[in-house]
Parts: sequence; C-alpha cells; structure tokens
Amino acid sequence: MDLTLNEPERAFRDEVRSWLEANHPGPEPHGDEAAFAFRREWQRQLHEGGWAGISWPQEFGGRGATLIEQAIFSSEMARADAPSPANVLGLVMGGPVIMAHGTDEQKERWLEPILSAAEIWCQGFSEPESGSDLASLKTKAVKVDGGWKVTGQKVWTTFAHESKWCMLVARTNSEVAKHKGLSYFICDMEQDAIEIRPLVQITGEAEFNEVFFEQAFVPDENLVGGEGNGWMVAITTLMNERAGLGGGAAVTVSRDLGALIDLVAERGLEGDPVIRARLADLLIGCEALRLGGMRAMTAQMKTGVPGPEGSIGKWQWAALNQSLTELACDVLGAEGLERGAPWTYRMLRSRANSIEGGTTEVMKNIIAERVLGLPRLR
Amino acid sequence: MRFDFDDEQAEIKETARQFLASRFKPEVVRGLAEANRYEDALWAEVCELGWPGIAVDEEHGGQGLGMIELIVLCEELGFACAPLPFLANAAAGLVIEAAGSEQQKQRWLPGIASGEARGAIGDESILIDAEGAAVVVLYAADGPRLIAAADASVEPLELIDQTRRYAKLVSGSGAGEALAGDADAAADRIAVAVAAELVGLGQRAQDMAVAYAKEREQFGRPIGAYQGVSHACAKMLYDVEEARSLTYAAAWTADAEPESLPLAAAMAKARASESAWDVCKASIQVHGGIGFTWEHDLHFLLKRARADSRLFGTPGEHKERVATLSGLG
Repeated sequence: MDLTLNEPERAFRDEVRSWLEANHPGPEPHGDEAAFAFRREWQRQLHEGGWAGISWPQEFGGRGATLIEQAIFSSEMARADAPSPANVLGLVMGGPVIMAHGTDEQKERWLEPILSAAEIWCQGFSEPESGSDLASLKTKAVKVDGGWKVTGQKVWTTFAHESKWCMLVARTNSEVAKHKGLSYFICDMEQDAIEIRPLVQITGEAEFNEVFFEQAFVPDENLVGGEGNGWMVAITTLMNERAGLGGGAAVTVSRDLGALIDLVAERGLEGDPVIRARLADLLIGCEALRLGGMRAMTAQMKTGVPGPEGSIGKWQWAALNQSLTELACDVLGAEGLERGAPWTYRMLRSRANSIEGGTTEVMKNIIAERVLGLPRLR
Repeated sequence: MRFDFDDEQAEIKETARQFLASRFKPEVVRGLAEANRYEDALWAEVCELGWPGIAVDEEHGGQGLGMIELIVLCEELGFACAPLPFLANAAAGLVIEAAGSEQQKQRWLPGIASGEARGAIGDESILIDAEGAAVVVLYAADGPRLIAAADASVEPLELIDQTRRYAKLVSGSGAGEALAGDADAAADRIAVAVAAELVGLGQRAQDMAVAYAKEREQFGRPIGAYQGVSHACAKMLYDVEEARSLTYAAAWTADAEPESLPLAAAMAKARASESAWDVCKASIQVHGGIGFTWEHDLHFLLKRARADSRLFGTPGEHKERVATLSGLG
C-alpha cells in the first residue's frame, strides 16, 4: 500500500501543473454564450497541448494516459479551478462510442473535430416518458431511401443549440422486445426539422433543452453499431458518463469545503457544535470519496474492473454536494435565501446531482443487482 | 499510488479468515458469549500463530510488522465476532511501545507479544480483559498509568457485549507507574485498530443480510427483489466501504505519515463506529422478526458494534477532533 504518488506519477503531475499554470485562461466570462465560446477556445488550447483526449488511445489523437494519469489530470484541473472543456459529452461519450462501435469512415469523420471542439456534441437519450427506463423510448426512425426519418421528442439535452451532432437513440422496430428495437444514430442538428426549446430549471436558468424532431433526416452512414444494436451502444456511453463524472470530484468538493470553512469562520460560527458536527461529516465523506476512488482505481488497474467501492462514487458525490451547499446556505442565514447568490444557486442546482447521470435509486439498483447479486424485481 | 494490500498482507487476511471460520463457528461464538468467557485452548492457538505480537517489535519478542498487518487481523476478528482477549492486549502493547520506558518495555512487551502475560486496557469506568491479565494500561484522569495486575483489584462488569470480558477497577487506580512518553499517538493507533474491528463486524452483518434477502420469500418473491430491502442492502455496502477506505488509509498513515495520523484516525473511528452500528441495525430490520430473537446470531454483532463505537472515543468526540484538526480552531 502506498497512498502517495511514485516518481513517474509525480513527474506527470508536475508536468500537468506547470502546463496549467502557464495556460490557465482565467475566470469564465458572464453570460451563457460568452462562457461557451470561452470554453470552446479553452478546449482548443487543451487539444493543442495534447490534453483534450487524455483518456483516448493515441491512434485516435489522444494521449493514451493510464487510469492514474487521468485521475491526476482531473485532480489538477480541479485544483487549478480550470474550466471544463466545451465538448464534454463528445469527449466522454461520443468519442468513446465511435472508437468502440464506429466504422473506419466514422472514426475518420468525427473524432478529430470532437477533440478540437470544432464540432460540439449533445445527447438525445431521455424522453419525457423515458427517464431511468431508457429502453421504453418512443422517438421513431423510419427507413427511407438513403437514410432514416426521425420523429419524436428528447429532453434534458445539454448544449443542443451549440451542437452540430446529437447522439440519438431511436426506435427502428416496434415489433420486437423494447431493448431490441433501438438503433443509435449521429444526427445533424443543423436542419429545419429539429426545433430546440430551452427548459427552465428550478434555478431559473436553462442549461438544458427539449428537442423536437419532425421528420428529421439521418443518412445511412450515420448509423452506429448496426440497426437494432442501439441499446448495447448506448450502454457504453452511460458507463462512460458515470466514469467521467467521478474524476476530480473529490478535489472539487474538498476545495468547496475549504471555502465553506472560511465562510463559517468569517461568520464567527466556528464554535457552533451543530455546524462543527455537520462539517466533520462532510470532511469525512469527502475523504472517503477520495480514498474510495483510489481503491477503485487500484482494483481496476489490477483486474480490469473497479471494486465494489467504485460503484458508490456517484452516489457519494451527489449526497456530499447536496449536504455541503445546504450547510453553506444555513451558515449564510437570511442571505442564504437570496435569489441568484452563488451558494443559493449551487444549493438549488445540487438537487439535480442525485438525478442526472443515473439517479441515486438506479445506482442502488445497480449495486444491489450487480455487486450484491440480489434478485431483480423486473 | 497503490491502495490495496500487498501479497503477504492479503495472505495474512485469507489465513485469518479461514482459521477463524473453522474455530469460531456460530455455535462456538454463541456458547462462549452466553457464558461470557474465553476458551484458553483457542487463545493458545492464536498465540501459536504469533498474532498477539504481530505489531510488537522484534527486539521485544514480536513479529515487528506494521499497523496494516494488525488491522487486517482486527478486521477478521470482528468479522468472526471472535471472543478472544486480542484487542486489549494489542492495544496495551501499542501504548507501552509508544510511551513506555525501555525498562517498562522489557518488563511487559515480551509477555504481550507471546500472549502468555496479557495486557489489559481501559479507563476508570470500563477495563477490557483485565481478569487474567498481567498488566493494566489505565487511562486515568491525569494521564495513562501502567499497573501490575497484582496491584489492582477489579470486578466483572455485565455489559450487553458478551463476546468480550469487561471489568471495573475497584481499587489500585493510584498504583503503578506513569507512562512518560507520547501516549496520544498510541491512542490514535488503537482507534484505528478498533475501527478495523468495526469494519469486520459491519461486513459480517451486511453479508448476513444479503444472504437472507436472497433466500427469504414473501409475497411469492425473495425479499431482496423489493427495493425497500435491496436499497437498504446497497446502503450497507456504501457504509462498510466508506469505513473500510478510511480505516485502511489510517493504518497506512500510522506508519508512513505519522504526522497526519490524528486526523486520519479520528475520521476512521468516527465513520467506522457509525457505519457498523447502522449496518447492524439495518441487518436486523432486513431479517425481520427472526433478527430480533436471541436465537439468531445478529445481536452479538450489534452489541459488540455498540461497545466498540464507545471504546477509545465516541463518534461525537472523534468528529469534534476532525473539526478542530481541519481548521475550525
């Protein structure tokens, strides 16, 4: 057991750290569009430095970094408070799907512009009536000459209005069992048959969209993994989404905890026993998240799969971030009610943490069924 | 960076799991607990294996291994819920090794390491394994003292945890000699050892709940198919794995980065105490009525978890330390 970085790992960390120090773009500008353009430029810069596709194999333009290097990179990004790249979904989901299931032509066409953020990707999975039960989705793709015509509605689509491509799962066969009738398409968002409407969330912001497809066209060459294999292809991306969420999370929570401790001191509440106990729980939870990530990574390097501790990371993070932002608002007292104030915004935004990327209930089902081997209800 | 046991440590764990499973079958644990006694022959076997001296240095008759090896054993002893005078003896050894004079070490450590002249430990309200011990480490109000058992008089305490022997000091608290060195570091190490036992207790209670949820049927299905039950089991895994990560890391910290041990130990003991208690409670709930009967073995785990959570600092006390050590003055 050695919980410190070894010599090559330290060298890698120093390399990332000094690159970030030299290239950090500064604080994100205000306003959605300006912020997005800023993050797009930041990703271009990351790509130039060879960091955008850190987990991607070298043959596809990535760095081919080891798991531990990826973890170091995420930690350093969080530590430096560096912005996220603009094309997150392309990097953690779209690219890996094309690499795993795409044809050579598809790899040639799509991978490089994902890395450089020349083309932004969004995800068309969830529908109003298909959330956790993704396989029940109703959006239809009907075969026409040279391609498919798509009709239906998607929801919770991030960056839809900025995106060139949508990872779209649609029903191509209604006659077979629900998992088997799905196909996975890469749909061009720049067409009149697609309407995007912002979806205002409880924070008052609209990070997400509803997307309406009315006979939208997808050419044959944009089908990934073959007709009827959409479920299997989509599962790859969901796994990647959850893996992608884990990296750097503990560092971010730890930094936020530091800010919260400063806030408690500033308000003269260091002596409040209830606040001290709640903070201690958060500090312990944050350390457990960090250490659990290290254990899972060690197991994954050794055996190819993360250990049981890896399956709780998303759940731990959601619970921590929610408790942390609630405590901050409690510490702020009446100010914690102010609309648009940073901690208030984050407290509201954190409600989605236990829903997005797999609800906590779905995570519990996965642990119960796949880790503990309990019987399925369905 | 590598967060797992090395091959030798993994082997100690596997050997301990097998040995304890063969010696401490449920009916054996039950028989000893109901009589609230230890079996000399079993302790002799444990001594034969060299466990009591695992973390005592070689110069004083031990194996000279580290905290990780010690907590591997503690976890397995918790998993087996084994009635043995192991923990107090090891804890007394840690205190004497950290804070004793050379003379005190030479006098007491060899007996502790061989298990033939055991150590006991505790404070003025509860002593663990004092009967039959050779030496008592007493955390008195004015600091820790070493008392030769002959100079102290104790009477047994009847506590809910019957898998261990507890006693109260009746006289002799002023006897013996003070420990000159840094006993605080030893207290942190002991807290980590108890945390490891709690991880083992929690893991056992989790395993029992999961096995029962697969086998018990109601309304025509195994109860583990219902989310009210399966999600409770998933939460057990969450609790046990958090406690395990913190405990293993604290054991590593004790030998590799001792300056960080106070925080790591406080986190591990606080989390492991709450985790084991929550898992044992939830396991009884999953078992339903049978889990509430004396006839079922779960209550031995629950009660030992309750006792362990209070020994060497309550969760509340350790959280208070976490707050203090994390910049809250």
